[in-house]
Amino acid sequence: MTDIVTVTDLVKRYDNGFEALKGVNLGIREGEILALLGPNGAGKTTLISATCGIVRPTSGTITVGGHDVVRDARAARKLIGLVPQEVALDGFETVMNVCRFTRGLFGKPQDDAYIESVLTQLSLWDKRDSRTMALSGGMKRRVLIAKALSHQPRVLFLDEPTAGVDVELRKGMWETVAQLKAEGVTIILTTHYIEEAEAIADRVGVIARGEILLVEEKDRLMSQMGRKELRITLARPVQTVPEALTRYDLEIGPDGTLVYRYDATGQATGITQLLSELKGVGLTMTDLSTHQSSLEEIFVGLVHDKETEDRQAEAAQ
Amino acid sequence: MNPISIWAIYAFEMRRFFRTFLQSIVAPVISTSLYFVVFGSAIGSRIDQVEGVAYGAFIVPGLIMLSVMTQATSNASFAIYFPKFVGTIYEILSAPVNYLEIVIGYVGAAATKSLFIGTVILVTSFFFVDITIQHPVAMVAFLILTCLSFALLGFIIGIWAKNFEQLNLIPLLIITPLVFLGGSFYSASMLPPFWQAVTHFNPVFYLISGFRWAFFGLADVPVGVSLMAIAVFTLICLTAVWWIFRTGWRLRE
Repeated sequence: MTDIVTVTDLVKRYDNGFEALKGVNLGIREGEILALLGPNGAGKTTLISATCGIVRPTSGTITVGGHDVVRDARAARKLIGLVPQEVALDGFETVMNVCRFTRGLFGKPQDDAYIESVLTQLSLWDKRDSRTMALSGGMKRRVLIAKALSHQPRVLFLDEPTAGVDVELRKGMWETVAQLKAEGVTIILTTHYIEEAEAIADRVGVIARGEILLVEEKDRLMSQMGRKELRITLARPVQTVPEALTRYDLEIGPDGTLVYRYDATGQATGITQLLSELKGVGLTMTDLSTHQSSLEEIFVGLVHDKETEDRQAEAAQ
Repeated sequence: MNPISIWAIYAFEMRRFFRTFLQSIVAPVISTSLYFVVFGSAIGSRIDQVEGVAYGAFIVPGLIMLSVMTQATSNASFAIYFPKFVGTIYEILSAPVNYLEIVIGYVGAAATKSLFIGTVILVTSFFFVDITIQHPVAMVAFLILTCLSFALLGFIIGIWAKNFEQLNLIPLLIITPLVFLGGSFYSASMLPPFWQAVTHFNPVFYLISGFRWAFFGLADVPVGVSLMAIAVFTLICLTAVWWIFRTGWRLRE
């Protein structure tokens, strides 16, 4: 699959000296859903803003559909739809008119039939003549999506589209995103919600302190980095790991259970041997359960490692 | 040049104008009528004539200029400040439009609105005083140029302003006094020599003088100087807008 968005060595340094992006490289494939995960202040919004032309890069390049976003801004921007993090709407205008405005602003001739289809898809057609200020928070967010879609972009940036949105609406938003992907739109989504990335993304990028820590297929990421845990409940709970079992990666879990960590993708997990040795040291098991790390645990681990690394680097200086 | 985008901005802004019909059209008609009652009838009955023109008619160009300048400035400044305030500016900045298209859309709409108001005031004045316009083409040209240049100024103020107080600061503290002291309601020759000299440092004085010449054929300064003044003013505003978009000042980080 070819990349529709290419970010090369992107640096953004603000006037106050803060470096929001420290040489970011990223390729976004046509037609995929990429979830960009990162804590607050990681650089997610700056990366999107630089791609959309709202923030000027200090150095580095970004191309969209082969067009440089600075030198060939007009061609690049025509391809991009942006749903911002903050709900920003002209409250005095109607839903239909704000969508018409965006379509016109992006240089597309008016096409009310198309806007009708977008509004219908987002369950907003009934509200087309309502002023945006009269809508609920969830509806306003959908209006922002409708506006971004009204000029038929090939790449859609959703900057935390479900922040502060209730569960039902969030699921509805995911369905919309899936539908857009089916229509061939490339979607880049930033989010705090790991479950969101787990539910809809094809690939996951993790960004922290202005650097991309990894970009990986979601499934591969989870299987590669996803450590599994085997929890062994014993007839008689233990306080310490028996001497004979110390060569295993064992810990004492709650209620005196034994917790064994292993790599589920490895050739030999060591489970069979561990279980057979239990009997030898006089332990009787009454139950077994396994647990796989979630994307959230992987994410927290990566970000934590990055922060520790940065602190050490700062201390060394 | 992208005419569809320009039209989108222009039409969106004009819709706001007609949505607030009362404030946009009725208010200037009422305030102009009040000026005619106060200045034209009450004070004018004691002044009689200024340089051979009935006082009521004499103040018409100044009145139109007063409204046009303040309306063009406030409309354009609000038009670009409002998206900054509510956050919808992201859309303008990320759209495939260049600065010239943005300026034509916003400034064009603000200029159209003020031109419309200027025309409404002119028509209203016909109900109060007898006026014959000696140079109608020049009158229209001056009016359009003033609308455009002050809308440009307003656009700059709207980008500069960080809050509503700043938005009103320049129109209230600078433009209104300059218009009042620029000979809206009197001829500069009626002032003592010192204040006459001071008036010559007021750029608005040249615009009002030229506009009045278009009406009555009489002016405080030669009409060529007035034209030059408005051309220089427009050029300064255009240069400032060009610089703002080139550097992204108060727009792009």
